Amino acid sequence: MGWNEPIEEIGEGRLVSKGTGFKQITDIVSGVTEKKAPRGWWILFGISATFTAILGATIGYLVWTGIGIWGNNSPVGWAWDITNFVWWIGIGHAGTLISAVLYLFRQYWRTAINRFSEAMTIFAVICALLFPTIHTGRPWFIYYPLPIPNQMNMWPNFKSPLLWDVFAVSTYFTVSLLFWYVGLIPDFATLRDRAKHKVRRWIYGFLAFGWRGSNRHWSNYERAYLILAALSTPLVLSVHSVVSFDFATSVEPGWHTTIFPPYFVAGAVFSGFAMVMTLLLIARTVYGLHDLVRIRHLELMNKIMLTTGSLVGYAYAMEFFIAWYSGNEYERFIFINRAFGDYWWAYWSMVSCNVISPQLFWFKKIRRSIPAMFVISIIINIGMWFERFVIIVTSLHHDFLPSAWGNFSPTLFDILTFMGSLGLFFTAFLLFLRWIPMIAIAEVKMVIPEADPHGAGGHALSEGGSHDDSHGSAEPALAEE
Amino acid sequence: MAAETTRKEEAVSETRPLLYLAEYDSPGEVMHAAEAVRDAGYERWDVHTPFPVHGMDGAMGLKDSAVGWIVLIMGLTGCASAFLLMWWTNGVDYPLVIGGKPPFSLPSMIPVMFELTILLSAFGAVFGMLGLNQLPKHHHPVFYSERFERCSDDKFFISIEAADEEFDLEETRSLLEGTHPTHIELIQEEAS
Repeated sequence: MGWNEPIEEIGEGRLVSKGTGFKQITDIVSGVTEKKAPRGWWILFGISATFTAILGATIGYLVWTGIGIWGNNSPVGWAWDITNFVWWIGIGHAGTLISAVLYLFRQYWRTAINRFSEAMTIFAVICALLFPTIHTGRPWFIYYPLPIPNQMNMWPNFKSPLLWDVFAVSTYFTVSLLFWYVGLIPDFATLRDRAKHKVRRWIYGFLAFGWRGSNRHWSNYERAYLILAALSTPLVLSVHSVVSFDFATSVEPGWHTTIFPPYFVAGAVFSGFAMVMTLLLIARTVYGLHDLVRIRHLELMNKIMLTTGSLVGYAYAMEFFIAWYSGNEYERFIFINRAFGDYWWAYWSMVSCNVISPQLFWFKKIRRSIPAMFVISIIINIGMWFERFVIIVTSLHHDFLPSAWGNFSPTLFDILTFMGSLGLFFTAFLLFLRWIPMIAIAEVKMVIPEADPHGAGGHALSEGGSHDDSHGSAEPALAEE
Repeated sequence: MAAETTRKEEAVSETRPLLYLAEYDSPGEVMHAAEAVRDAGYERWDVHTPFPVHGMDGAMGLKDSAVGWIVLIMGLTGCASAFLLMWWTNGVDYPLVIGGKPPFSLPSMIPVMFELTILLSAFGAVFGMLGLNQLPKHHHPVFYSERFERCSDDKFFISIEAADEEFDLEETRSLLEGTHPTHIELIQEEAS
């Protein structure tokens, strides 16, 4: 990425408030990790840690007793566990979209939110991986999907989408973690250089790998970053597509549809942006990041939510239309049953949260109002959870023969495990806010006009507007005009 | 970190120069300075900046990064090994007939081939980058300078190593002074 000169003619504002230079960016972001945590942090941490402890207890009980403690039954063999898995993995997608896709499209505003959302991705994928693991009931056999030579001389079935899922999600986690860490190296160096305490300097120094801002290093670094972005872009599209194959390759009515991969990806980005928004608004207010995360950033995120929310709404409508148009009576029944059957309330919660609420972002006033976007972001998260619940439970509970129908209702342990996973997510996230720079310091410095080496002495803004910064990040640019 | 770097009062024979460190205030200034150092024919020198300054590769006369080639090799390895793994395990060693499909069927292998391509390419990008940069390396003479701490904040530096063939205590200093740095420092090692 390069410096960014706002085009005032089309109403663009600066990405960072005026008067915020290199030093201020360092101070604002590093300061959060150096000062004592505010009281609000401790309160939230206490609550989340409690829920994490509950999660530990419920998992212990589950492993001891078996997954009978959940409401899963026959025919509803997948229920809250897989709903939670799909929901969490979808939330993760916004992080990769912001860090990789927006990078490739040179959307400079992403620098204010990319670190934050990449962290969210990692913690969300950890929560997601938890659910299929414990859903096996015998998590100590979780290595079975891996092609390890064994005494039975058998190999995993690579034709199963569940196995593709193992590869997709674990690759996604690993690549997201690498991408995140590569971005963190220069910022750990900043924290190391500012550290007053010996232990602090030692720890951040260790994590920074001895980074010394060398341009010979930056050259390889930027190329590696660009390649990681280019790799993550198809990866993020593939992950939720593969998750949707778990459903789409089955013969269940309501699952066996070709619209699933794009529909799941749009929903994933939609829910992920909503989660980033919820978290960002809290952190921005608590830590006073208004100079770096501006209303412009939030408005752009709301526009993406409006777009993806509309895509999701289109997918709901198209799914319904195709169910009727296919002439398949099971397919028709399932969709009518979704809207008017036993779980009608889940279906209409989904529609009102996901289709109607983002449409409010057509109005500029709502798009720029912080209380409104906070409420809508939470509503979207709830709606996206219902979407997965509707897809999974309503398809399973009344599939083909009425003699095989059944209903699902969650038990206390379903609820506690889900709440516990939220606790785990927020605990990890709060620790991240406390100890790791939550905004990419080096990247934000890069997009302010002062970073333009051709600007008069690098201080003024006089010349920068005439420059075309569309060349590749590691390409040698012309040294002199 | 806080080694005594400017103990000029000690006898010259006890210290050995390691590098010159010149400090600048802005990306534009350090870029012009880098062009001057490049044109003077130095090889073992570097520019240190808090963020990547665009155009600096050209100003330093650097070649294109080789990371892409490492990624290409790793990606092809990932794709080929995924193919061989599935072909051998499901097609040859223990043929599994699932849903009437042939034991070796390419369409069902594409997702895993894709994922392993991406995984190994990402390893190539990250570890290739670290390898080319010779990181982690926690010890470097630039860290002897207390002023260098600002390099990850808002200052820009040029370092010229004494190991460079062109290096000369007087000439290198005057070259750097000609680029108008805000500060010049000679980093020395105490001979033991």
